[in-house]
This record gives sequence, structure tokens and C-alpha cells, in this order.
Amino acid sequence: MIIDINIKELLIILVGSSLVSNVVLSQFLGLCPFLGVSKKTDTAAGMGISVIFVITLASAVSGVIYKYVLQALNITYLQTIVFILVIAALVQFVEMFLKKFMPSLYQSLGVYLPLITTNCAVLGIALVNVQKKYDILTGIVNGFATSVGFTIAILILAGIREKMEYNDIPESFKGMPIVLITAGLMAIAFCGFSGLL
Amino acid sequence: MNSVNERLFNGLVKENPTFVLMLGMCPTLAVTTSAINGLGMGLTTMAVLALSNMFISLLRNIIPDKVRIPAFIVVIASFVTMMELLLEGFLPSLYDALGIYIPLIVVNCIILGRAEAYASKNPVIPSFFDGVGMGLGFSFALTCIGAVREIIGAGEIFGYHIMPEAYVPCTIFIMAPGAFFVLAALTAIQNKIKINGAKKGRDVSNIQSGCSEDCMDCDSAGCSHRFYDTSKRTDKKEIGEIEITEITDDTVGKGDEANDY
Repeated sequence: MIIDINIKELLIILVGSSLVSNVVLSQFLGLCPFLGVSKKTDTAAGMGISVIFVITLASAVSGVIYKYVLQALNITYLQTIVFILVIAALVQFVEMFLKKFMPSLYQSLGVYLPLITTNCAVLGIALVNVQKKYDILTGIVNGFATSVGFTIAILILAGIREKMEYNDIPESFKGMPIVLITAGLMAIAFCGFSGLL
Repeated sequence: MNSVNERLFNGLVKENPTFVLMLGMCPTLAVTTSAINGLGMGLTTMAVLALSNMFISLLRNIIPDKVRIPAFIVVIASFVTMMELLLEGFLPSLYDALGIYIPLIVVNCIILGRAEAYASKNPVIPSFFDGVGMGLGFSFALTCIGAVREIIGAGEIFGYHIMPEAYVPCTIFIMAPGAFFVLAALTAIQNKIKINGAKKGRDVSNIQSGCSEDCMDCDSAGCSHRFYDTSKRTDKKEIGEIEITEITDDTVGKGDEANDY
């Protein structure tokens, strides 16, 4: 069996998914943790790392299941149901595994895991991989790149929000509105990456 | 009949999922580039919501409490798959425009939220109309947001040109950043209403827009993930001060993992 790895294609996916079409700022996936866990940089970093871990793992597992179960049995129309259950079970399993075998890692990442099941980016990436007909390796790279993009975005937002604590903001813009405006300005900035590819 | 009207009114106005509860923000931002896309997404979600509410309400005495969340997800995912196939067959243009956001209706927290909060506790007919009401509220909100973005960003509404010739469309409003700005304006208006209401002594606790708390140490109701991990809530607090000695075989084995979504 010849494994044909196209490095150039993988690099394009790496840059494209993490910067050019950023998962939160241009596709609006994973918006809840993006807005909800971005108040402090350290929790944002923890969330980002957990998301990288889970999405990369989930794209590998869903890629394997799609190719060897769904396609093999010709039941690809069941992908949504299968993927959501696989992801939910996977997050649960990762949590149990960490709790038992890596308690120190569990202490730092464990709190974020229940929040990740609800992250629509995880299911979104699994579906994008299928839609774009990526093979398993490309799918894993795409998942990794996308979640790195998520981490970059949430870290920047958390940094800005920490600074914003001291600003004088109009009463009705306090809280969510000003965060959304910040996110909008970040989205404009990220539009600048579109010349990259 | 009274409860039917009450449910419809509740979904459209009192607990409007977008304008009041601020649930399901991902599709709200992603597909509202035009009024027609917003309407299509809203109606698709409404169909899934009404049918899954009805079905879950029918099964509410059969589904064991411990595995209720996975069971709900399977029901919802089945209806989403049906809607996806129907749209692909009969409305291919809408199917292409909404793309990946159709299967992502599964993780729209409005649907699981209504299943958990209403359909799993109430009889079939009110549950069905609760879904219809919520779905109508969602469709209405998405159409409004889509119309605003389309008018400012393209000078059109439902594809008809309405702005004068001299108007130069502000294209950024139909691009990704515009979605954030429109939602920011919306939440600012809600904040204003909330502040004014509080001054006049009205009860405004159900308006969720002002929430800028960190989800990590949030305990309050009204947000997406509380529906998933109701049993987790107490756990989550303990994790911070958990000691390594506590993690033994029997704490891992005994935990009601099935429930911990």
C-alpha cells in the first residue's frame, strides 16, 4: 500500500483552516465557549488546549468510523446521528481515561471537558471533513488546524477583555455587546488573512 | 385550546429564544446573510423542534431518567437527518445555502433545551405547540436579523431592491464581521430595556443578554450547557479541589457516567 502524503496540500489546509477561514470568526462554530470562557487568559488557554485535544481526536475517530463503518455498510446518510453519539461518548471516555490514568492532566483539563460536548465546532469539523471529502490524515490535520485557530481567537479575545476591564464603556454596552463588537473587529482583522492563500 | 395559544405566545414573545433567551447563537449569526436564508433556517428548525418535542413527550414515561439526554439526542438527530434529506430533495437551493448548518441543528441548544425543560414533563399537544411557538419565535428573529443585514449590506430585502439608487451597500454587513455588529446592537438594545425595566421595578430576570460572566464558574440558568450537564454542576465545583487520593477505582467505577453529558 502506498501512502501518498501531499505535504503542500496539508500545509494549505493548515494555514487555511486556522487563519483564513477561522472557525469562530468566519464560520461561527464554537461561539458559546468563545464568548463564555474568554474572561481570563489562563482559563481561555486551558479551554483552547482541551479543544485542540478533543477536536483532533474526534476528527481521527469520526474519519475512521466514516470510512470503515458508514461507507463500508453504505449508510452514510446516518452520519449526523453516528457522529454526535461518537463525539459524546468520546468526550465521556476521555474524561474517564484522564481521571483514572492521568489525574494531574485531569485536574487541569477536566473542568473544560463537559463544556466541550456542547461545542458545535467538534461536530462541525467532523461534518466538514466528510463534506470536503478529506481522507483520514487530511481530516486530522484539518481538525488540528481548525482548533488551533479557535485557540488563537479565544486567546486574543481573552487578552483584549482583560484590558477592557479598566475601560469606560457606555452603560448599555457593558457585558456582551462590547465583547461582540470586539469579536467583530477581530473578524475584520482576520479577513486580512484571506490574501494569504 | 387556551394552553395552545399560551404556548405559541410564550415562544413568540415571552420567551423568544433569540431576542429574550439568547439561545442558539451559532446558526443565528451564520445563516442570516439574507432574510430568505434566515427564514429557511428558522422553519427547518421549527419542524425539527415541533416533531422532536412531540416524540419526546410521547416517550417521556418510557425513557429512563439516567439515559434521557442521549435518548433525546438520538431522537433529535433522526429528525434532523429526515429534514436534511427532504431539503436536499425538494429545496436544493436552500440546502446549498445553509450547507453544514442543517446537520448542526442537532447541537442547537434551543432544541435540547425545550426537550429537557418542557417536552419531557408535559403532555403531547402542549409540547408540540411549544415547539411550534419556539420555532416561530426563532424564525421571526432570524428573518428580522437577516432582513436588517440584507438591507444594510445589499440594499435588498428577499431579493428585491428597495434602497434608492444612490445608496452604496455596506457589504461588510453581509460578511462575517457584520453578524457580530448586528448581534452587538441587538444585545445593547436588550441591555437598555433591562436597565430601564429594572429602574421601573419590573421583573427582567428572564432577559439573558447581559450575561458576560465566565461560564467556568457560572451557576445560573439560561445558557446552553446547563441543559447537558445538570448532574455535572455539583461535580464541577469539586474538581478544583479534588485530591489525587480520591481518584480510586471505586469512585471511577461507581460514578453515574451515563448521566454526565
